[in-house]
Amino acid sequence: MYAFTFHRPATARQAAGLIAKKEDAKLLAGGHTLLPTMKQRLASPGALVDLGGCADLKGIERKGRTVVIGAMTTHAEVAASPLVQEAIPGLAYLASHIGDPHVRNRGTIGGSVANNDPAADYPAACLALGATIVTNKRKIGADAFFTGLYETALEEGEIITKIVFPLASKAAYAKFRNPASRYALVGVFVAKRGSDVCVAVTGAGEGGVFRWPEAEAALKTRFTAKSLDGVKASAKGINADMHADAEYRAHLIGVMAKEAVARATGK
Amino acid sequence: MATVSMTVNGKAVTGTIDPRTLLVQFLRENLRLTGTHVGCDTSQCGACVVHVDGKAIKSCTTLALSLEGASVTTIEGLAVNGSLHPMQEAFREHHGLQCGYCTPGMIMAAVDIVNRRGHALDEQTIREDLDGNICRCTGYHNIVKAIAAGAEAMGGKAMDRKDPPRQAAE
Amino acid sequence: MSSQSSFATGIGASVRRKEDHRFITGQGRYTDDINRPGQTHAYFLRSPHAHATINKIDTKAAAKMPGVLGIFTGDDLTADKVGGLICGWMIHNKDGSPMRAGAHPALAQGKVRYVGDHVCVIVAETLAQARDASEAIVVDYGVLPAVVDTASAAKAKTVVHAEAPDNTVFNWHLGNKDETEKAFKAAKHVTKLDIVNNRLVPNPMEPRAAVGDYDQGEGAFTLYTTSQNPHVARLVLSAFIGIAPENKLRVIAPDVGGGFGSKIFIYAEETVCVWAAKKVGRPVKWTSDRSEAFLSDAHGRDHVTHAELATDAEGKITALRVKTTANLGAYLSTFSSSVPTYLYAPLLSGSYDIPAIYAEVDAVYTNTAPVDAYRGAGRPEATFVVERLVEVAARELGKDPAKFRMQNYIKKFPHQTPVIMMYDAGNYGAAMKKALEIIDYKGIGKRKRDSARNGKLRGIGFSSYIEACGIAPSAAVGSLGAGVGLWESAEVRVNPIGTVEVLTGSHSHGQGHETTFAQLVSDKLGIPIENVSIVHGDTDKVQMGMGTYGSRSGAVGMSAIFRAVDKVIAKGKKVAAYVLEADEADIDFADGHFKVKGTDKTLDFGSCALQAYVAHKFNGQDLEPGLKEGAFYDPTNFTFPAGVHICELEIDPATGTTHIERWAAVDDFGNVINPMIVEGQVHGGIAQGVGQALLEGAKYNSDGQLVTASFMDYCMPRAGDLPSFDVGMTVTPCPSNPLGIKGCGEAGAIAAPPAVINAITDALGHEDIAMPATPQAVWRAAQKSIKRMAAE
Repeated sequence: MYAFTFHRPATARQAAGLIAKKEDAKLLAGGHTLLPTMKQRLASPGALVDLGGCADLKGIERKGRTVVIGAMTTHAEVAASPLVQEAIPGLAYLASHIGDPHVRNRGTIGGSVANNDPAADYPAACLALGATIVTNKRKIGADAFFTGLYETALEEGEIITKIVFPLASKAAYAKFRNPASRYALVGVFVAKRGSDVCVAVTGAGEGGVFRWPEAEAALKTRFTAKSLDGVKASAKGINADMHADAEYRAHLIGVMAKEAVARATGK
Repeated sequence: MATVSMTVNGKAVTGTIDPRTLLVQFLRENLRLTGTHVGCDTSQCGACVVHVDGKAIKSCTTLALSLEGASVTTIEGLAVNGSLHPMQEAFREHHGLQCGYCTPGMIMAAVDIVNRRGHALDEQTIREDLDGNICRCTGYHNIVKAIAAGAEAMGGKAMDRKDPPRQAAE
Repeated sequence: MSSQSSFATGIGASVRRKEDHRFITGQGRYTDDINRPGQTHAYFLRSPHAHATINKIDTKAAAKMPGVLGIFTGDDLTADKVGGLICGWMIHNKDGSPMRAGAHPALAQGKVRYVGDHVCVIVAETLAQARDASEAIVVDYGVLPAVVDTASAAKAKTVVHAEAPDNTVFNWHLGNKDETEKAFKAAKHVTKLDIVNNRLVPNPMEPRAAVGDYDQGEGAFTLYTTSQNPHVARLVLSAFIGIAPENKLRVIAPDVGGGFGSKIFIYAEETVCVWAAKKVGRPVKWTSDRSEAFLSDAHGRDHVTHAELATDAEGKITALRVKTTANLGAYLSTFSSSVPTYLYAPLLSGSYDIPAIYAEVDAVYTNTAPVDAYRGAGRPEATFVVERLVEVAARELGKDPAKFRMQNYIKKFPHQTPVIMMYDAGNYGAAMKKALEIIDYKGIGKRKRDSARNGKLRGIGFSSYIEACGIAPSAAVGSLGAGVGLWESAEVRVNPIGTVEVLTGSHSHGQGHETTFAQLVSDKLGIPIENVSIVHGDTDKVQMGMGTYGSRSGAVGMSAIFRAVDKVIAKGKKVAAYVLEADEADIDFADGHFKVKGTDKTLDFGSCALQAYVAHKFNGQDLEPGLKEGAFYDPTNFTFPAGVHICELEIDPATGTTHIERWAAVDDFGNVINPMIVEGQVHGGIAQGVGQALLEGAKYNSDGQLVTASFMDYCMPRAGDLPSFDVGMTVTPCPSNPLGIKGCGEAGAIAAPPAVINAITDALGHEDIAMPATPQAVWRAAQKSIKRMAAE
């Protein structure tokens, strides 16, 4: 790592003040992407503002027809939350399959969403459930938030404070893990809210998380895995790397979508 | 340089460190607790697993300064008054280690599995929950046996946290 | 060999390991745990290019950076007359000429030949400072095209070493060419396969490390390092590289966190650290991180082979021939040349009676990391060739693969193969029968149908492996080109009250020698196992040794201990004769007591030791005081462990995921000292073999960049990738050593890959799959199966 100064504010407000003041500063959430990157000297922030001490960024609550999760809530906390398990079991399931148990004890929902790794799991849930990303400055809909590979609508110094997930009548996640890294080779989150169906795909898109309109249309007719028979994801715009070429990934999108729907419908 | 204070294996410790210092470096280099190991640089192998405030974490991917005031338990702190923790005993009894390098992280991870999932563990649960720990020697066969036995031996201890029930489709 | 002892810790007992207490309590002492007063840190600047000339290294700015104590290049090594790294096994070409080896400098001399090659070293007060300084060094590279591909390296226009203009280190052959050709002409059926044995990265969990120390007063060096064979390291560093004479160089290999071959070799980093300690006048430490390990640890395997098997009308195998190209990387690592030659081709007879075998092996240089021995070393490659050929031949001939193997097994011993080896003992049919029972072969049809009903493809695959272990005798390996003898040494020091230290030249890095060796000594001397300590890994304590690799510590290392203990007993008898006032010939030793035959006069072992040291009862001219004996043991043959592994697995054709359902392993390791430890070795070996078959594969792109350079991309087997294993054993004692031991360390890694691939191809119904059989590869292959089935 290159040298940096370290700051550990107690509130999001203090954090915002620090990040605005320090040139070349970065926010540190769970650190499970940033620290390995810094260890390899691929990132060199002059200052780190650790959000771990900001109690106001933690916690899970039910607010009407939504579940609100503080940005610094760990994956393990989301996975183990009876509230999330009851309200959006697919979200708890997703959190319980990120990385490994130790990673889940440090990694946070805010860090994951802000980083927008194209193979991360949470962006699929945010997009499919129509989540709202709340920052210290504004509220951003998930469809406007994820703007490209590792890119989001966040501005310099803007801090995610919480994420608001509307409840869904049916929702589930299915993931085909990269055998080596455990990231999503393909992950599909399906959500049915009223007559609306959303299918969000992570791990596969050249531009990061995306929606799959053909599957959504098929599932609107009838929300069952069978509806996806014959619906094929196009390999165009799909990632290719040494683990999976575009054709295979596109195929897996279909398989994972079916699995997610089967899970959502309890079949 | 910056100052950090935490509790390690029940003892209050303070160190003046470069902010770059990872928890594992603080443990190994400042406190000379060399039982916690480093086996990779991509947060995957789990040789560095310790408990922070009762939860297993990778000490290679956590800054020491982030743990101001935290309570850390390492492999050196697991045995109490010289008597082995049941999980340590189980690893020895079931030949759950060969070269010993992954072992401290493996045992800390194993205790964490029991803390989360209770003391009746089936093979599939153990194998899935070892996702963050790589062993190159044992083929995991005896590690899995050791954890099942160690979990049973730990039985009856308070189990606070519970992970979500496993979905049938997994 | 059975236990002679009344202790429950004797030979054949699953004694819990003595070394475990320190490992499970975090008290192990690995090289990186060692810190010397005044210690400095080394960082190696590595080549980012696979192939380039170095026109200039400008270290001026870097030298002035904070904390920097020294920056050294290849020129500094040359100025100090530090020689290059060596390859210790001479291979001769078909025409009898010696292999063509290029120089292997520890730090680059005008050229770098792979990504990760060592350009220079920076020594500084802290590692961060050394690394900071490395970024201020300006290297002017002249980038050259890279040679990467194994199969085409000999035809490449780019030359890695001028000494080998066609990038060919040697073209070598073994076997009876004419008879083989004749047999193929007469064959009823010929099975042909093209095989790639994928390149692997050994990845012991402890990365390599070194601490070099120099004592100015004594003029002596100490190197603490992650070595499987500290004495060989000292020999090479002293006699060939010229760091210091052996009496001024101590090499200590403390607890070592796994090796699997990769810590046999003498590398650049360890060499430079110990040399630099004198240069900077302070201890120098280097610890590899995993990324460096991927780039610079010696890799394993990487063969491209065309193989053919001839059978007659009755289905009897009549001949086998292979043409193999082996990639040795950019430089010849310590034992690299022996791996695709004498550790490979002599095993091509497998467990089968094959009258004619001919192997041709070309070894090539490429701009990739050096390739050397990795668990099994040559024998997994041979076994993969043989067991794939045999499986496919059985399928082509419409024969049951188990029955076809049994038909062709060697049944009479000793058996001379056409490729050097004289198999001394075995019973391959017994292992097969036992394995078939364990796996419930009769029920496989029903299990396949059950899987099919669930939309899954189930397959079963066999591997009937044999290996040559012990890696000895010295005269034999010497005649084949080895630069060293491959005996082992032991010294048994009995203390005056009867406790024992055993000094061994073997090195334990996970194998449990501290327990197994103590079991043997405790058993033979009739003393409690707690009274026996095993000392290893320090050239100042153990006089000489050859180290641990090739599953040799039991067969060779323990045999040396066995002999030394015999000498101790013989000396003890002399002492006892004086003490008990009897004739030496009338003294028996059993159960820890010297007894005068036909009387009730006895002397226990501890009292005998005391008498040997106080020397009151005998005259120093007639008998030397003390009780300490040593032995060098050189075996009479290789050992030949063999066995049958059967893998049963299920494929999900929708995703290509392969799930291993069951694994039966029946191994014949001869006599077993500690079954618990032996089974553990089998488990670990299988895991590495499954890793090769399903998960692991080192890949370079066409520019010579390693694209699988971390655990993010190189897939290590995890607990969830593996099943529990059913391990059984058969025993035919090995006749070539006094303990009847064959060796068990590599068996699983040798046996497993063909078992997995044979099972996958059985499930798929065609042979078109390469290792690693990743989900993508299996999915694609399954699509082909589904299409074909639909067409049928």
